[in-house]
Amino acid sequence: MIDIKNVNKKFGKLHVLKDISVQIKKSNSVALLGPNASGKTTFIKCLLGMLIPDSGTIEINNQSIKGDYKYRNIIGYMPQIGRYPQNMTIEQVFDMILEIRKTALSSADTELMEAFGLKALFSKRMGTLSGGTTQKVSACLAFLFSPEIIILDEPTAGLDPLSSEILKEKIKHERSKGKIILITSHILSELDEMVSEIMYLREGNLVFHSGIEELQSRTGEKSVSKVITSILKTL
Amino acid sequence: MNTEEKFVIGKKFWFRFLRWIRPLFLSVVFLFFLLPLHAGVINVSSRDKITTIKQAVEIATDGDTIMINGGMYKEKNIVVKKKITLLGKNNPLLDGEGTYEILTIKDVAGVVVSGLTFQHSGFSSLKDLAAIKVIDSRHFSITKNTILNTHFAIYIAGCDSFSITNNQIRGTPGNDEQTTGNGIHLWKNSYATITNNNISGHRDGIYFEFVQHSTITGNYCKSNIRYGLHFMFSNNDEYIQNTFEKNGAGVAVMFSHHIHMFKNHFLFNQGESTYGLLLKEINDGIIRDNVFEQNTIGIYLEGTNRIDVTDNKFLRNGYAIRIQASCNNNNVNKNNFFENTFDVATNGTLVLNNFNGNFWDKYDGYDLKRDGVGDVPYRPISLFSMVIENIPVASVFLRSFIVFLLDQSEKIIPSITPENLVDNTPLMKPVKM
Amino acid sequence: MNKIVKYVTIDILKSKVVLTYLLFLFLTCFGIFNLDNNTTKGILSLLNIVLFIVPLVSLIYSTIYIFNSGEFIELLVAQPISRKKLITSIYAAVSLSLVTAFIVGAGIPVLIYSPDKIGLLFIITGALLTLIFTSLAFLGSVITRDKAKGIGMAIFIWLFFSILYDGILLLIMFQFSDYPIEKLIIVLSSFNPVDISRILILIHTDYSALMGYSGALFKEFLGSQKGSVVIFAILIAWIIIPAIAAIRKFIKKDF
Repeated sequence: MIDIKNVNKKFGKLHVLKDISVQIKKSNSVALLGPNASGKTTFIKCLLGMLIPDSGTIEINNQSIKGDYKYRNIIGYMPQIGRYPQNMTIEQVFDMILEIRKTALSSADTELMEAFGLKALFSKRMGTLSGGTTQKVSACLAFLFSPEIIILDEPTAGLDPLSSEILKEKIKHERSKGKIILITSHILSELDEMVSEIMYLREGNLVFHSGIEELQSRTGEKSVSKVITSILKTL
Repeated sequence: MNTEEKFVIGKKFWFRFLRWIRPLFLSVVFLFFLLPLHAGVINVSSRDKITTIKQAVEIATDGDTIMINGGMYKEKNIVVKKKITLLGKNNPLLDGEGTYEILTIKDVAGVVVSGLTFQHSGFSSLKDLAAIKVIDSRHFSITKNTILNTHFAIYIAGCDSFSITNNQIRGTPGNDEQTTGNGIHLWKNSYATITNNNISGHRDGIYFEFVQHSTITGNYCKSNIRYGLHFMFSNNDEYIQNTFEKNGAGVAVMFSHHIHMFKNHFLFNQGESTYGLLLKEINDGIIRDNVFEQNTIGIYLEGTNRIDVTDNKFLRNGYAIRIQASCNNNNVNKNNFFENTFDVATNGTLVLNNFNGNFWDKYDGYDLKRDGVGDVPYRPISLFSMVIENIPVASVFLRSFIVFLLDQSEKIIPSITPENLVDNTPLMKPVKM
Repeated sequence: MNKIVKYVTIDILKSKVVLTYLLFLFLTCFGIFNLDNNTTKGILSLLNIVLFIVPLVSLIYSTIYIFNSGEFIELLVAQPISRKKLITSIYAAVSLSLVTAFIVGAGIPVLIYSPDKIGLLFIITGALLTLIFTSLAFLGSVITRDKAKGIGMAIFIWLFFSILYDGILLLIMFQFSDYPIEKLIIVLSSFNPVDISRILILIHTDYSALMGYSGALFKEFLGSQKGSVVIFAILIAWIIIPAIAAIRKFIKKDF
């Protein structure tokens, strides 16, 4: 369970997160939506400890994350842009992260890796990979350790349709296992079937955070994109 | 027999006679020279009738030879006023017991001192005690002696026409300038020849004061406290093919004129105010075919006029030449400068000396005319050396990048360095030597 | 050695820039030693190149590497690893690879041609300079967020220590040449790692003897056993202090 209370974050004069309080419970898949510069990435980074909030608390499983790094053992993260050292091979990247996580490849979740066929490319240098393949590496890393919380920043951007379908299936599958999944995406249509809740940020404010069914019944629309559009009209 | 035959016989006879008589005559002449000599040998040793050198000198007459055999002779001061030869055999040792002058030769001509070892002369701050002192004498020679731990080793005053050859002279290590005398000390002499001596550990290796028309050749002066060779008020002398290594300074020539300095080797004379060759108040000398290697300053010129510095090699010195503003009309031509930190330094801005036709390894000009002479002049004084001149501590920036930049900019637009200290005909290739 | 250090080191050593750097040092060293049959003079010629190139390459390469690895470092920050361990590992890897490049590139020829005290001193000094300027590069790139600014700062640091610092000292010297400033200047110049490295090599060659009075001056201050200890202490402080500052800054940094 993620419990965020009154989190504020400023970059100089810019107030990026304004008093955000959110609770995300188990088995929920949350779509984090909002226009550009609304604070989505800042929110994710606060959760990952990459940014330290100016005020407020973030608790994961009732433990404050402040000053801690071990809590990240239960978080898998796929960044929006994955760039890796040019001359490092895929295998070395995996090996390195596995060591940090103190896990052996044999006991890791290699489902996605196999589905993407990454093993065949193990000895390839990162600098020689296409953008899509690099994204696949990032995606695999997020799921590799069967984390309780999975954070995906624009996961399907740059992936070919087939691969993004594989990734979506994996997300659904993980959610069904009771995990918390947090996704940001610009492509609202692909969020159908994947998300159970929607968080909407604008200019650092949390506009709403509710379950998808509630929103659907409120607006009478079915797909996520239509739900959002109709809500935004009413605001 | 006719007259013709007689003549032939007569001729034959005379031939035969001459063939006989010539060796005989030569033997007689030889014996004539040998006999008095042979007759005048006086042997000195503990087993002989005569056991001390003093006794021998006493009974000797002019032309005698005193043969001193191996052993230790502690005879206080031996004074010689006769034309005798003192010869050592089996390494006799004459000891001054740290108190006495060992051998004094006075008012005599033709004395020979050879093959003796002297040690421990007296040390005195009032009298110049020496191992061998020669006063007011002529035509003597001092050869093949070994002189150890003495105040002055050889001290010559008021003499002329003599030679000091093949002596080994070593001072007492650890003494300072005040408690040590000179190796070979000459005062008011002329026509001296000093050849192939080996001198170390004295104040000055060789010291000349008021000495004229003398020649110093093939000596090796090492690790002397002040100078390897020192001229004061001495004119018309020359020194050739000597080596001066690791002395307080290699050679100092002061208040003298017409000194010729040829083919000497000055090396490793390093330290504060240390020079390979120091010239002070001297005129009309020639410095040719010498090698100056790894000295703090190769040649230092002060109050020096009309000196020709030609065909010398300056290698890896701190400063190859330091020429003070008090010098005029000196010619520095056809020398090779290699790997010196600074080629030339000076303390003034007006330079009245001529620096043309040298090879400078730092020269980076070009020779479009292909005549072996660079088309642009070379300025051997760097800006940085001028800076150090005024602010010695600036030398912490030696070989730093900023100094490189400063020197380059100064080369392009000279502003501080003396305008007329310039080689207008720098050579593209080293002078062959 | 953890795997971050291991793989980042391998990554850097495989990069074209570092290989070029290594090759440049190697060829320059052999070139200079072959031109000069005198090895001490060779070392002194090399010293100029090393004092110029090593800080520049260490600063610029480290800075660019850190900025180019921005996303990778972000990914690692999101992993369960302490930031201190992370930045220390990356620092270790970058400096290890640059030191390796220096030792292989310059160390091997120097040890072949000058296998003595001065050669060894030269290699140690070059390695320490690499570490110092890698530390400074880390500090610079942790402070700035913008790559252009970061590279600008690296160039400034290089200019400052290679030229400006000495220029300022020279100005001070000219202005106050009437005062007894010898000690002050020697102390001030020993705070610049480039200057102190140069002086360290010079006082151990016969150069100080050749410089007469002024050579004796700094030999007296820095040529003794105690002086050498002080010099090395200063050099090591130049490694540690910026590195610690960079680590502290990194721990609090927003990504």
